[in-house]
Amino acid sequence: MEFQVSNKAKMLTTVLMAVGIVFTLVGVVMAMGDHQLGTKIYSNMLVNSFFFFGIGLGALFFLALQYATETGWYAVIKRVIEAVAGFLPFGIGMMLVTLLTLSFTHGGHVYMWMDPDTVAHDSLVSGKSAYLNQAFFWIRTIAYMAIYFIFWRGFKNRSIQQDQNADMAIDLHFKNYRKGAAFLVFFAYFSSTSSWDWIMSIDTHWFSTLFGWYTFAGTWCSTMIVLVTLTLYLKKKGYLPKVNESHIHDLGKWTFATSFLWSYLWFSQFMLIWYANIPEEVTYYLTRRDNFTFLYFGMFFINFAFPMLILMSRDAKRHAGILTFVGLIIFAGHWLDVWVMVMPGTIGPKASVGLLDLGMAVLCLGFFVRVVLTNLTKAPLVAVNHPFLDESLHHDI
Amino acid sequence: MHKEAAIREPLILGHKSYHQITEDVCKPIEDKAPKMWYILFTIAAVIGLYGVGCILYLLGTGIGTWGLNKTVGWAWDITNFVWWVGIGHAGTLISAVLLLFRQKWRMAINRSAEAMTIFAVFMAGLFPLIHMGRIWVAYWVMPLPNQFGSLWVNFNSPLLWDVFAISTYLTVSLIFWYIGLLPDFATIRDRVKKPIPKRMYSMLSFGWTGRAKHWNRFELVSLVLAGVATPLVFSVHSIVSFDFATSVIPGWHTTIFPPYFVAGAVFSGFAMVQTLMLVMRKAMNLEAYIHTKHVEYMNIVIMVTGSIVGVAYLTELFVSWYSGVEYEAYAFINRATGPYWWAYWSMMTCNVISPQLMWVKKWRRNLMFTFVMSIIVNIGMWFERFVIIVTSVHRDYLPSSWSMFYPTHIDIGIFVGTIGLFFVFFLLFARFFPVLALNEVKTILKSSGESFKNGQAHSGADELADLKNTNN
Repeated sequence: MEFQVSNKAKMLTTVLMAVGIVFTLVGVVMAMGDHQLGTKIYSNMLVNSFFFFGIGLGALFFLALQYATETGWYAVIKRVIEAVAGFLPFGIGMMLVTLLTLSFTHGGHVYMWMDPDTVAHDSLVSGKSAYLNQAFFWIRTIAYMAIYFIFWRGFKNRSIQQDQNADMAIDLHFKNYRKGAAFLVFFAYFSSTSSWDWIMSIDTHWFSTLFGWYTFAGTWCSTMIVLVTLTLYLKKKGYLPKVNESHIHDLGKWTFATSFLWSYLWFSQFMLIWYANIPEEVTYYLTRRDNFTFLYFGMFFINFAFPMLILMSRDAKRHAGILTFVGLIIFAGHWLDVWVMVMPGTIGPKASVGLLDLGMAVLCLGFFVRVVLTNLTKAPLVAVNHPFLDESLHHDI
Repeated sequence: MHKEAAIREPLILGHKSYHQITEDVCKPIEDKAPKMWYILFTIAAVIGLYGVGCILYLLGTGIGTWGLNKTVGWAWDITNFVWWVGIGHAGTLISAVLLLFRQKWRMAINRSAEAMTIFAVFMAGLFPLIHMGRIWVAYWVMPLPNQFGSLWVNFNSPLLWDVFAISTYLTVSLIFWYIGLLPDFATIRDRVKKPIPKRMYSMLSFGWTGRAKHWNRFELVSLVLAGVATPLVFSVHSIVSFDFATSVIPGWHTTIFPPYFVAGAVFSGFAMVQTLMLVMRKAMNLEAYIHTKHVEYMNIVIMVTGSIVGVAYLTELFVSWYSGVEYEAYAFINRATGPYWWAYWSMMTCNVISPQLMWVKKWRRNLMFTFVMSIIVNIGMWFERFVIIVTSVHRDYLPSSWSMFYPTHIDIGIFVGTIGLFFVFFLLFARFFPVLALNEVKTILKSSGESFKNGQAHSGADELADLKNTNN
C-alpha cells in the first residue's frame, strides 16, 4: 500500500512552519538590543537540532535493536520506524549548521571552551583542552555523523532490496542482523561521547559519568512517542490495516518503559549529586533548582508521573486517545528536558521559554513532521519479504 | 494463534510429547540419586560446614579476626556481599524482564535460575549480618518501636535502604518462584507412589488440583508478581550501588554507578546460570530442553552486559581525568598502577576483554568454552567489587593512614564456605524439586518444538497419545 501525504497534512505542516517563522521573527524583534540575542538564537538552534536529530537517530537505534535481537512483532511497522530514521540526514544537516555557527563565533557563549579568552584564564577549562578543542571536536563530530549516515543508508538500501527480491530476503535479514549488532557497538560509545561533546561541555566545569546514558534515555523516549503517535495516525487514516491492538500495546509498553528508564536515570544522577553535595558537581543542580524551579521539576514531574499514572494499565496502552494525549504531553516534556539541559549554561539564570524559543521549536517540528510523512511515501508501507512478517501479522498478546 | 518464523531455531529438540516432558523432568526426582550427586553433596557440605565453623569463630571472637584495619574498614565482607547479590540478579531478570520481552527460551532455565537467585541472596544477606559483630541484635536494623531510648534507624543511610531493598527482593523472588512451582509439585504428587513423598509433595503443592479457577488465579498472580519484580531488578543493585555512590570517596562517588551495577549484576548472574546449567543439563539429561541455542542466547546477554560494564569503566576513567579533580584522577591511577594493579587488570581482562570473544559465533555456541568463560566472568566480577571497595579506601586523603588489606584465613574460610553452602542448597533443589518449569515448557512445544516445526509431528495424533498416557 502506498502512502500519500494528504493535503490537510501538507497544509498543517506548512502552517506550523509559517507560525514558527513568524514567532521567531517577532521574538527576534522583541529581543532587539538584548546583548544575549545571538546566544539565544544559537542555544535554540542547538536545542532543536539536537532534539530532532536525536529522534531520527533514536529511530535508527531502535531499528538496529530490532534487527540485532531478531524481534518479530515489529515487522508490520518497520516502514514507520524507517520513515522516522529517514529524518537522520536532515538532523545531521541541522546539527552541522548549528555547530559550524558556534565554531565560527568562538562558541557563541554556548561552548565557553571554544573561546580562547576563557581557555586562557580558566584553569579548569584549559585542563580539559586536550579533549575539548576545536580540531578534536570536529574530528569526533564528523566521525559520528559519517558512521551514523553510512549505517542508515545501508539499512535503508537493504530494506528496499528485500522488498524487490524475495530470494535474497533471508540473506539480507542476516546481514541486517550483523549490521544491527555492529551499529549498536558504535552507538554505545558515540551516544555517550557525543552527548558530552554537544551538551555536557556547555557547563564546561561540570561533569557526570551518567550524563550520556541519561541523555540517550530521553532521546529514546521521544523516539518511542513519535513512533506510537505516527503509527496511530496512519492506522486512523486506514493505512496500516494489519496493525492490531497488540502492536499498539507493544509500542505503548516501550513508551512506558523508556519513560521509566529516563526517570530512573534522572533520579540516579540527581540524587547522587544532591546527596554527596560536592561543590563542583552540585552547582549544576543549584542553578536549575533556584532559577528554573518550576520548569525543571515540572518537567520531571510531567515526564515521570504522566506515563506512570496513566499508561500503567493494559487498556490505556491499547487506547489511541490516551496514548496520543500522554504522548504529546511528554513529548513537550522531553523537549523541555533538552531545553533545560542547554539554557542555564548558555543564557544563564534569566532564560525563559519565550516566543523565540517556541517559534524555533514549532518551525522545526513542522519541518520534522513534513519530512517524516514524505519519507513514508517513498516505500511501500509493509515490508513484504521480511522473514518475521508472518509472526508480526499473527501478533496477539 | 502464535506463529513462529521458520528461520528461528527450535527450542525443544527431538520428538517430544507432553507426556515425555513430564517424564524427562520428573525422572531424576523419582529415581535414586546418582553416585555423583552424593560425592558433590559431600564436598559442598564439608566446605559449607567449614564456612559455618569460621562464622561461629568470628561471632565468638569478633570481626577483628578479619583482616580489616582502621583504613580499610570494608573489604572482603562487602565484596562478597555485593558479589552474591549480583549473582542473585539473573533469576528475576529471566523470569520478569525476559517475560516482558516474550523470550520463550527463558522457560527452560527460569526455574533453576530463580532457585539460584534465592540461594545467592541468602549468602549475600549473611555478610552484613555477620559484619555487625553482634548478630543477636541484628533486628535493630528494622525500624521497630523499642525501649532503648533514642535508638532508631537512620533513614538517610543507603545501608538501611539496602535492608529494605534486599528483603523485598528476597520476598518477591521467593513467592514468585514458589507460585510457579505449585502446578509442577502437583504433577509430581500425582506420579509418586510411595506414601511419604506423596504426602510431602501434596503439602508442597498447596492442594493444587489444576481446576480452571486455579489456573486463572495462578496466571493473575504471576502477572502481578512479574510487574512487581521488574522494578526490583533495577532497584536492588541500584541501592547497593548507592552504598558507595552517595559517599564522597573518590572512585565511589560517580553517577553512573546505579545502571552500571545493574548491568554488572546481570552479567555475573548469567555467568553463574551458565556454570550451573551446563552441568545440570548433562547430569539430568535435559539436553533437549537446554541446548546450544539457549547457551548462545545467554552468552549474548553476557556479552552485551559485559560491554555495558566496559563502557562504564571507560567512562569513569575518562571522567576522572576530565573532571579535573586531583583526588578522582589519583583514585583511578592508583587502581591501574598502584599496589593493587593486579586486581584491576584481572578485572579488566575478565570482564571487558573476555566477553568480547563471544562475538565469534562458533565460540559462543561451544559448551566447553562457555563453561570456562562463565567461571572467568565470575572471578572478574568478584575482582570488580574488590577493586572498587579496597583500592578506593586503602589510600585515603591522609597519606599517613595509607595501608593495605591482607585477608586472614577466616576471611577466606567464610567466603569459600558460602560457595559450599550455596551448592548444598542448589544440589538439594536439583534433587527434590522439578528443575524445569514443566507446565510452562509444554506451552511452547507446538510452536517451538523441533518435530512440530519441521512437520514430523502432528498435533492431533500426539494429543491423542498424550491423553492415553495421562489417563494411564
